[in-house]
Amino acid sequence: MSGKGMFSFFKKKKGEPEAETPAQAVPNPDLSAPEPVQSAPVQSEKKSIFQHIKDGLKKTRNQLGEKIVQLFPGLRKIDESLLEELEEILISTDLGFPTTQMILEKIRKNKGQDLDAVTLKKRLQAEIEAILNQVPRPVIPLDEAPSIFLVVGVNGVGKTTTIGKLAHHWKEQGKRVLICAADTFRAAAREQLEVWSKRAGADIEIKENSNDPAAVVYDALERVKAEKQDILIIDTAGRLHNNPNLMNELAKVKRVITREFPNGPHRVFLILDAITGQNALQQAKQFVEKVGVTDLVITKLDGTAKGGVAVAIANELSLPIQFIGVGEQMDQLLPFDAASFSESLIGGSA
Amino acid sequence: MFDQLSNKIQDTFRKLTGKAKLSEENMQDALAEIRRALLEADVNFKVVKTFIEQVKQKALGQDVLRGLDPGQQLVKIVHGGLVELLGGQAREIDFSRQKPYVIMVVGLQGTGKTTTCGKLANYLAKKGKKPLLVPCDVYRPAAILQLQTVGAGIDVPVFDSTNLNKPLEIVDRALAQAKKDQQDVLIVDTAGRLHIDDTLMDELKQLKAKLNPSEIFFVADAMTGQDAVTSAGAFHQALELSGVIMTKLDGDARGGAALSISEVTGARLRFVGLGEKVDDFEPFHPDRMAGRILGMGDVLSLVERVQERVDQEEAMALQKKMLENQFTLEDFSKTISQIGKMGDLGGLMGMMPGMGKLKEKMDINKESKQFTTFQAIINSMTPEERQNHAILTNRRKARIAKGSGRQVSEINKMLQQFMQMRQMMSLMTKPGKLGKLRQMFSRAGMGDFAKNMFPGSQYKLPNGMTEEQLEQLAEQNGGQLPPEVIQQLMPGAARPAGHQASRPKKDRKKEKAKRKQGRKRR
Repeated sequence: MSGKGMFSFFKKKKGEPEAETPAQAVPNPDLSAPEPVQSAPVQSEKKSIFQHIKDGLKKTRNQLGEKIVQLFPGLRKIDESLLEELEEILISTDLGFPTTQMILEKIRKNKGQDLDAVTLKKRLQAEIEAILNQVPRPVIPLDEAPSIFLVVGVNGVGKTTTIGKLAHHWKEQGKRVLICAADTFRAAAREQLEVWSKRAGADIEIKENSNDPAAVVYDALERVKAEKQDILIIDTAGRLHNNPNLMNELAKVKRVITREFPNGPHRVFLILDAITGQNALQQAKQFVEKVGVTDLVITKLDGTAKGGVAVAIANELSLPIQFIGVGEQMDQLLPFDAASFSESLIGGSA
Repeated sequence: MFDQLSNKIQDTFRKLTGKAKLSEENMQDALAEIRRALLEADVNFKVVKTFIEQVKQKALGQDVLRGLDPGQQLVKIVHGGLVELLGGQAREIDFSRQKPYVIMVVGLQGTGKTTTCGKLANYLAKKGKKPLLVPCDVYRPAAILQLQTVGAGIDVPVFDSTNLNKPLEIVDRALAQAKKDQQDVLIVDTAGRLHIDDTLMDELKQLKAKLNPSEIFFVADAMTGQDAVTSAGAFHQALELSGVIMTKLDGDARGGAALSISEVTGARLRFVGLGEKVDDFEPFHPDRMAGRILGMGDVLSLVERVQERVDQEEAMALQKKMLENQFTLEDFSKTISQIGKMGDLGGLMGMMPGMGKLKEKMDINKESKQFTTFQAIINSMTPEERQNHAILTNRRKARIAKGSGRQVSEINKMLQQFMQMRQMMSLMTKPGKLGKLRQMFSRAGMGDFAKNMFPGSQYKLPNGMTEEQLEQLAEQNGGQLPPEVIQQLMPGAARPAGHQASRPKKDRKKEKAKRKQGRKRR
């Protein structure tokens, strides 16, 4: 575990123009002295929070790293039995069967070679990073006056929490943020979002006793126009991607936005729980098809789940990951960095 | 998603038909398929490894049962093994122990604990129990309010913990209140937490010590991936889980986590959550889950759902009409609404064996939408028109289009599908494999799909081809036949529907003979 991965997170935070090409990790083990960052939320944080995040990711990292080290008493030849063991390791990250095979094929090309654990880990990591980096990661436009973001996902992935964090993230950059509580279905969803909006210091559009999300969204759109807010984040109810009625409801919400703002929504974020297995691919496919998801946010990466299925999604659907959630605190949302993510999947630097 | 596992396994055995015993060699490919299927269903790789080894041992040297081919035999062994792992028969809660009977509900964030508590309370209340819901999630904003709302919706009392912020204190008071009010079941909703959060895991241990619960249910999301073993294992280690409730099974995840969790905790799956409504909750059935994980379709649930929601008499009447070829637009409309009642097409198809692959090929949503359109059109017709589509002149069509807000072209399309359905119905009674397939589609209301796969109903087998070969060809092409074969099959495919001349008798005889041949071979 090095500070490298985390450090590249900071680099990305500034991240306006260079975010298109994934940031190159800059080795710098000193966590306490990040480069001067103007707009990032990390600015105000204490070192302890970094430490917390680092520790969270470390738990994930170590297990696999150890596993790979266990495979290697010293040098080992790349042969079928090693490949088989690697397959298990990759599968255990939820990368999925096809992506795992794809990576193994690449390693298989060097059959007969002798490798040590560190080199092998680096190679696996590089393959995963390459897959993630194939996907262009556009900068999120914050100056569309208003920039409208739709947040979607299945039940329980952490949409509302993520919205609280996003609002905070952009508030810290000096933007005026309005949150729209369009989850009119789940009990107490509005209240939950209201608490988050207060924490983040963002405004919130709520319609009590309404069960029509499109109507709430319409009101929020009118309000964002009238109040000249910079950013509108729309929370939607969790829904399973195979429920056509609920998916149509979501498509309707999107139509309402596009009718008022022909360029909107400017981004559609799909929130994915890191613990999700191969079904995440189906989720992503359906949400892309029905509401044109543009970006991913992976939540709950502070647990032991690795979120490897996101690599499969990047591979198959070419969706960029923009943020990762690493805790329940408001500032525990980090811009995505392919290098650190791959590192945490495979077990990182030895 | 993976293709039908049993088909695949049978494919791997195709070259081996006639073998009387399962051996290491002839099983190898099949076992690799099973392994892949289980991994893609999110069963943990370690669990898969042990399981495959067990299956192998069990299957080695077994004689193939009469009437089964080796593939079917292996599927049977695999299925049986899964059912066993998932824990035999469903177990109900045993209320004989203490009063109030305490159920603690624990799990990671976002798995659906609060919703599940509501469902469980509703389930028990319907069985004559008097549950008290106890919200102990003092961390997530509005979590307590959420449970209160849920409780109000099902008319189950919720302990008022609004101004308390210590879970231990909450349960203490709730226990006292339950005793006072003579509530016989306490359902304690705890905050979602990560299994590596020592502080919060300690809190659960303390709650357990205080409550001495009869049941500790771990709520797990059906979509959980490989990490299920880690989280469930940690919860089990800390609390000794007594059961697992799997949620979001109304999604299309295969739910392999069920297997992983059963294996790692030894705790039985007890209930499943099947939707967002309080009633979408039922005891767990291992056999159904095993079928689901294997992608074999959940026939029993399908049958139950159909029985529950479809008017049996109406269905019988419709069927009779179909067989007598007196199927009218009115009946067509009824069929559509019956299909609608059964739930969404996607979910329905997922439950049907053999339909998993088809589900991917078609745009379920488009089909569902089309049904709505059809219904609107039929609703704008006069009763006479609904009984006799032949009287639909262009003038009438124009009127109907206006009335339903649709295009005349859409009406024509609907009529075309209606005619095709009629024609297919008339073929249904005839045996033959293609006939059966079509039967399956039309039963599912998959008119459009059947049309794509077998355009129209009049087909003539191309020279020297058997129906079986045709099916294989379609399978190789991902469910579709190549256009040139379709041309051979259906020289009239290009002709506008509704104007198809009846087939010459000669052809029909030839076809019949071929079908007979095919049947013998099987």
